Amino acid sequence: MSTLSSDYTYNSKIEGEVVVSRADAVINWVRRHSVWPMPMGIACCAIELMAAGGSRFDISRFGMEVMRFSPRQSDCMIVAGTVTYKMAQVVRRIYDQMAEPKWVVAMGACASTGGMYRSYAVLQGVDRVVPVDVYISGCPPRPEALLDGMMRLQEKIKNEASTRQLLRDRPVRPLAYANK
Amino acid sequence: MRERLNAILEAHPYLAARPSADCRAFNCPPEHLIGLLTCLRDEHGFDFLTDVTAIDHQEARPRFEVLYHLFSTERHDYLRLATPCADDQQPACPSVTALWPTADWHEREAYDMFGIRFAGHPDLRRILMWDGYPYFPLRKEFPLAGLETPFPSEDLTEATGASVLPAPMLGGPFHSAQGGPMSAREPRAGDQSWTETRPRPAAAEGAPPGAA
Repeated sequence: MSTLSSDYTYNSKIEGEVVVSRADAVINWVRRHSVWPMPMGIACCAIELMAAGGSRFDISRFGMEVMRFSPRQSDCMIVAGTVTYKMAQVVRRIYDQMAEPKWVVAMGACASTGGMYRSYAVLQGVDRVVPVDVYISGCPPRPEALLDGMMRLQEKIKNEASTRQLLRDRPVRPLAYANK
Repeated sequence: MRERLNAILEAHPYLAARPSADCRAFNCPPEHLIGLLTCLRDEHGFDFLTDVTAIDHQEARPRFEVLYHLFSTERHDYLRLATPCADDQQPACPSVTALWPTADWHEREAYDMFGIRFAGHPDLRRILMWDGYPYFPLRKEFPLAGLETPFPSEDLTEATGASVLPAPMLGGPFHSAQGGPMSAREPRAGDQSWTETRPRPAAAEGAPPGAA
């Protein structure tokens, strides 16, 4: 079979239309539609997180169904539950083990603010140890609220300056809650 | 059951009846504790140790009491035993892990929360709070909100600057008002000057939430 010179040129029948875009737009489009959550399920919010993974609420509509229990394989930590001071170090270490780019979602009242546990044992908001991108209210939040929060995270990822951060180190993000 | 309990009382004259709203309860001096519990387990069928806990009386002397809840799986009887701890500063009590292995974690919890040292315990470490936590949280003088202490791990303190702080008992980022109509008493953010649609005032940027 002979090779024609037209085989090496642009063939609109095979490749379709050319899309011109910005690198940021393409990278962010890829990233926000393949978020791999790390389910940091440490209390009852994790049950709602599991429900969101089931077929009824179907988190895979947003490309987030690939939950990974290893921080090396995930890029979005969903803190679902009450974080005690004893657990806070674990949360932070797992966050540190995740590869960049990474995001954190504080799911529910406890992870966001300590919730009803105004006590000596409970960290009053996970934003004291990890930088949180999205806070979800509720005790526990319904799966719809989680999905809404994850869609807001997608919006946030959409507007990141990803190319600039690829060229140099991604900046260390400050904690939302300024510790004394 | 009544005859059996009376027989126990007669056989162990050092026992004193203890006021109780449910099952029968006795006060037992600590020196007779192990012997009595062995007798109850082997001869009276109290084969299940339901719970070991403690009470801090704060003002009364002796200050600390250790409580044992026994259950007989054969006759479905409950029995409560209380024994005072001799020293109010360094309360101590004999361990019953040799009689019931389940006492291991119960005694560790009583040690963690009240600071009662169980003599003869094989592995008396904290079970709920982390090793090195300086307080015993269920003692009466300890505030519910907690006291400021360093974080359990140094690398975390270095990375975040965080420490264990007293929890806000009123106020805090989300709280309910103490008075007013019920619609106004729902938990809500203390600072409602900004939302996700209304931007945060520039002056408050960087300040901790609720500080404004």
